[in-house]
Amino acid sequence: MGLLDFWKRIEPDKKKSPFLHTAYDAFFTFMYSPKSVTKGGVHIRDGMDLKRTMVHVVIAMQLCYLFGTYNIGHQHFVAAGQYLGFLEGFHLKLAHGLIKLLPLFIWTNVVGLGIEFYFAAKRGHAVEEGFLVSGALIPLIMPPDLPIWILCVSVAFAVIIGKEAFGGTGMNIWNVALLARVFVFFAYPTTISGDTVWVSGFADAEGNMSLAPGAMADYGFWHNLCNTLFGWIGIDGFNAAKTAVVDGYSGATPLALAYAGGWEAVTEQYSAAQMWWGTIPGSVGETSKIFILLGAIFLIVTRVASWRIMVSMFLGAVAMSLLLNAWGATPFMTVPWYYQFWMGSFFFAMAFMATDPVTACSTNRGKWIYGFLIGFIGMIVRVMNPAYPEGWMLAILFLNTFSALIDHYVLEANISKRLSRA
Amino acid sequence: MLTTILIIVGGFILLASILSIADNLLQIEAKKSGIDTAKENMSLFPRIGDLFKKKAPSFAKDNYHSLTKGHNIKLSGEAQGPVQDVHVNRFAIQPPNFRGIAPIPKMEVNIGDEVKAGDVLFHDKANPAIKYTSPVSGELVELNRGEKRSISEIVILADKEQKHKKFDVPSLEGDTVSANIKDTLMEAGLWPLINARPFDVIADPTVTPRDIFISGFNTAPLSPDMDIVVDGRMDEFQKGIDVLNHLTDGTVFLSLGVDNKGGVLASTNNAEIHWFSGPHPAGNVGVQIHHISPIKMKDVVWTLDVQDVISIGNLFKNGTVDLRRVVALTGASMNENKFVRTSAGANIGELVGDSITVDNYRIVAGNVLTGKETSTSKYLNISDNQITVLKEGDEHELFGWLLPVSPRPSVSGTFPNFLFPNFKFDPDTNTHGEKRAFVVTGEYERMLPMDIYPQHIMKAIMSNDYERMEGLGILELSEEDVALCEFACTSKQPLQSILRTGLDMMREQM
Repeated sequence: MGLLDFWKRIEPDKKKSPFLHTAYDAFFTFMYSPKSVTKGGVHIRDGMDLKRTMVHVVIAMQLCYLFGTYNIGHQHFVAAGQYLGFLEGFHLKLAHGLIKLLPLFIWTNVVGLGIEFYFAAKRGHAVEEGFLVSGALIPLIMPPDLPIWILCVSVAFAVIIGKEAFGGTGMNIWNVALLARVFVFFAYPTTISGDTVWVSGFADAEGNMSLAPGAMADYGFWHNLCNTLFGWIGIDGFNAAKTAVVDGYSGATPLALAYAGGWEAVTEQYSAAQMWWGTIPGSVGETSKIFILLGAIFLIVTRVASWRIMVSMFLGAVAMSLLLNAWGATPFMTVPWYYQFWMGSFFFAMAFMATDPVTACSTNRGKWIYGFLIGFIGMIVRVMNPAYPEGWMLAILFLNTFSALIDHYVLEANISKRLSRA
Repeated sequence: MLTTILIIVGGFILLASILSIADNLLQIEAKKSGIDTAKENMSLFPRIGDLFKKKAPSFAKDNYHSLTKGHNIKLSGEAQGPVQDVHVNRFAIQPPNFRGIAPIPKMEVNIGDEVKAGDVLFHDKANPAIKYTSPVSGELVELNRGEKRSISEIVILADKEQKHKKFDVPSLEGDTVSANIKDTLMEAGLWPLINARPFDVIADPTVTPRDIFISGFNTAPLSPDMDIVVDGRMDEFQKGIDVLNHLTDGTVFLSLGVDNKGGVLASTNNAEIHWFSGPHPAGNVGVQIHHISPIKMKDVVWTLDVQDVISIGNLFKNGTVDLRRVVALTGASMNENKFVRTSAGANIGELVGDSITVDNYRIVAGNVLTGKETSTSKYLNISDNQITVLKEGDEHELFGWLLPVSPRPSVSGTFPNFLFPNFKFDPDTNTHGEKRAFVVTGEYERMLPMDIYPQHIMKAIMSNDYERMEGLGILELSEEDVALCEFACTSKQPLQSILRTGLDMMREQM
């Protein structure tokens, strides 16, 4: 109990410094579950609370984090034609991945939590746990080389306009993580679309990010620090002089290839195993289908996320792909429906984005409709949008907007059913 | 390729439309010939629900309802053994137990008066015909007042030898039998045992209810087995059912659980027996009404507990007021969990004695979901058949939200509870988290086997949206029905008190 006494001793005064007290309270309740007891109503409560719910989503993402870290480095060296094997240069890939991913993670949470704490202190309530998940999701859906200032602006936009303006956790209309991404997508499109943004760590002669053949590796302080460490142990370090983008490397994602040339164009460059395990360019956490599906199964088994949304979203995507197959006007439309799931971030959107309980439909019947329409519309956007061959972000935000309407009609049906009994 | 697909799709659409038209015609025909299509399946296709429905056990036949939603909270400290008679000195009638009466009732006796069991203690100022009588004979020793001088307890020191007031009981024949029965019940003070839905308040004697519902089994945590409660009093129960039949133009429904084939209550005559299977809250009368014959607009139905039916039956059989109850003393924090026989309003301290084994405890009159917090100086409420003793949980727990040290009941899949389905928990009263806005969805629906959206009703109540509350079915609910949702709530919302606010708002509107 010594630790508890220590915590009690350092509690700041609530009146004098509300912000400090809010921050203290957030960390204290993170350490210790509160000693509050039931009063009126039920006398025992379920062991489940919002912190536990949220942290289980974060746990479900951990494999994506691990693999994402590795894959940032892997893609970097593939572009340079080095260490092509899975385990070759493993430490360098992890180190490069961490150097890219940690700033994304830290800055997302510094900005996001800072705003959350500020608003909680201003409103005089406890810090709610919503950003635990948003802050873990946002780094996974960004390109690894995204400039930090753009990330910070987008997170601030998403949290202030998307969430706090509506009243905080549980009140927002749009998925906070996707709002951050869509902000980057529309405000700074060149940093998040095209073939060249998904592979990190190269710059042309002027120092701009580039994947043109001959662009040299852009290593900084942290790479050099790692080099020193690796030097002590006596293993390979980063070698900027020898690392350059090889000729003929494009960095195109499978979806971009499929848009241009159908499934054949994809298989020329990537194997099915590569796409399933995720050793392909893409946003940080969305490439590995297998690890995402493991996370999805974890979420379904623990009942943290709605299986109805996941299943219906899958069915919706299948239905639209079949229709597009039947139409078959462009090379992308002729990609067989089952191969559509080999590519892109469908599973990530399904497991972690569409199932956000706050922005999804709240009735079970509504969830079926909501998920199905996301799958259906998202596939249209993916296949037909000329600017950007992926649709889940836009489809989910679109259906977030309409989820209350879907719920409304489900409830109206319940009401009229009850009236018809009379 | 494209044409083939189009032809196949077109063929499917054609076939589907023929089938659906045929199906609709069948339904229309069925409706014309007066068949209730909601109950009988007149469609070409089997219902999805029917495919997955459990087969009714042979003894249940027609009136079988298989409920799948809900959750049994398994707790340790179940009452065991035969019913023991205990001697209790102090009893109290508590006017706040009766929902719907004025806060300051009109007293008809004074401190120091001797009363017999069945003598009038007070009546409701708004409804003077409804009397409230003493459950035991003895001397009125205390009149305790609560807020704003309302009367909270009328305490009686019980005699060693109980004396009963004798009532003239009307015969159950003739034209005015219903009015006679009502008069007798009100005179003997047993009328307040009858609850009316919607709103779950004391029944209005001027109303003839559509139906009367009695739940014949308990599913709440640690609630007593009905066989033990009814044991030896089946005659009185049957008499009570016969009496109730005269009070409604509809049916008296008795719901039984399939687990022990309904127990002794299965031999009841003169009531329509419905069989239920499934976890808590299947034993709640509100859930049963929803499945047997839901409350429609302007309907009023009455509900009674089994022990109340027995008291009514006893009045008409023996002419006395007998509010004896079998009470289960439950909870792992007692060294002896047993059944005791006492009367309504018995002093809790005398019942519990010194059997509590922990220092920091809470006594709950009733079960852990719907009971009221009480103490050894307080008294049983009028309808209580259970006392539960729990540990207080006012302690911090290091990383309690992430890595709980002690096992705790939960409906969530994030605890390993589902691996140990028969483990019996000894929970404390900690909230295990702080109150939050509604975030998780679909959680309440999983806990309530009714075609109702509890979360949306709660939101409608919070935003004072009367139309929506009523439309979504608030009138079908009572606090006990949402108690399990409140237990499971991730956001720790006080659903029972929100619902009561809503019901009171609706009642004022009527």
